[in-house]
Amino acid sequence: MSADGGAPSDRSVVVDSLGVGLATGAYGISFGAIATASGLTVLQACVLSLLMFSGASQFAFAGVVASGGSPVTGGITAVLLGSRNTFYGLGLAPRLRVHGWRRLAAAQLVIDESTAMGVARETDRHARIGFYVTGTSIFLLWNLMTFLGALAGNALGDPRTYGLDAAVGAAFLALLWPRLTAWPQRVVAVVGALVAIGAVPLTPAGAPIIVGGAAAVALGLWITRRSSDAEIVETLEHPEDPHHHEDGRPHEDVRDERGEP
Amino acid sequence: MIWWAIIAASLACYGMKLAGLSVPDRVLEHPLTVRVAALIPVGLLGALIAVQVFADGQALVLDARLAGLAVAVVLLLVRAPFLVVVAAAALAAALVRLL
Repeated sequence: MSADGGAPSDRSVVVDSLGVGLATGAYGISFGAIATASGLTVLQACVLSLLMFSGASQFAFAGVVASGGSPVTGGITAVLLGSRNTFYGLGLAPRLRVHGWRRLAAAQLVIDESTAMGVARETDRHARIGFYVTGTSIFLLWNLMTFLGALAGNALGDPRTYGLDAAVGAAFLALLWPRLTAWPQRVVAVVGALVAIGAVPLTPAGAPIIVGGAAAVALGLWITRRSSDAEIVETLEHPEDPHHHEDGRPHEDVRDERGEP
Repeated sequence: MIWWAIIAASLACYGMKLAGLSVPDRVLEHPLTVRVAALIPVGLLGALIAVQVFADGQALVLDARLAGLAVAVVLLLVRAPFLVVVAAAALAAALVRLL
């Protein structure tokens, strides 16, 4: 990971992980505020952060409810978005090698950031440190900040005054951005967006996300049908590198390897 | 109704996390699994962004959220940190609404 080629110490892995954990967990305040503005109660916002604990899924649930969609549509959207965590778990399983109650506990921590900070490590020991420190710190802070944001959200009134509705779109874009490393992904993302926009006037709130996402995945499978498995792994697995976060170094590594586009 | 949706969706989300940690390697290594796994977040996030920025119920609208998204794009191009991107997008939209 580090540019000088030396193996990182346990300590540096912990520090990196805590940095990502604190920055991501702090964002829970936005979820709390947006959730209550969407019509959810403070308790509902907190239960979502505690039990669902997957940022994009939680925002999607709140977003569908806010736009007048049924909670069932919101739930389906959240579950579809959460399905990527299954694939993260697949990647983490050989590194963590957890069983029994430990697996039950570790499973809840499987999210974008903990996976990114775990799977990219050279050794299994560092993979575990990265995963558990990132996941646990996010879990604790995300839940605390959700509660504070939900309370503040109720006190502050319409969050659109503060642009919080735009913040969600920006957050999703920031999550998507590091995945747009090659043309198949870019086409898939744009098609997902366009199909969703086309579906907005035609389908109930929440459904455009599912329609757009499904169409995009189907198209993506078709685009990559001629690619060999090796090419697929090479181009499509890049998104699981540690990427878009605050500790800076992964950015530089990526730039060094690929050059500017 | 909303409580049932919250509990059911949360359990389903947890179940999917657990399933990933519990599935045998040969499924992980299947090429179709790899492709779909890489495509789902990209396609869904693309759709989510579009709906978050352009939809108001069943209507398509251009409003302050677009300014927020534009600011986010610029900041992502210069590799700004996640929270900076999010906060700046909110600020941009808030300023546009203020004008």
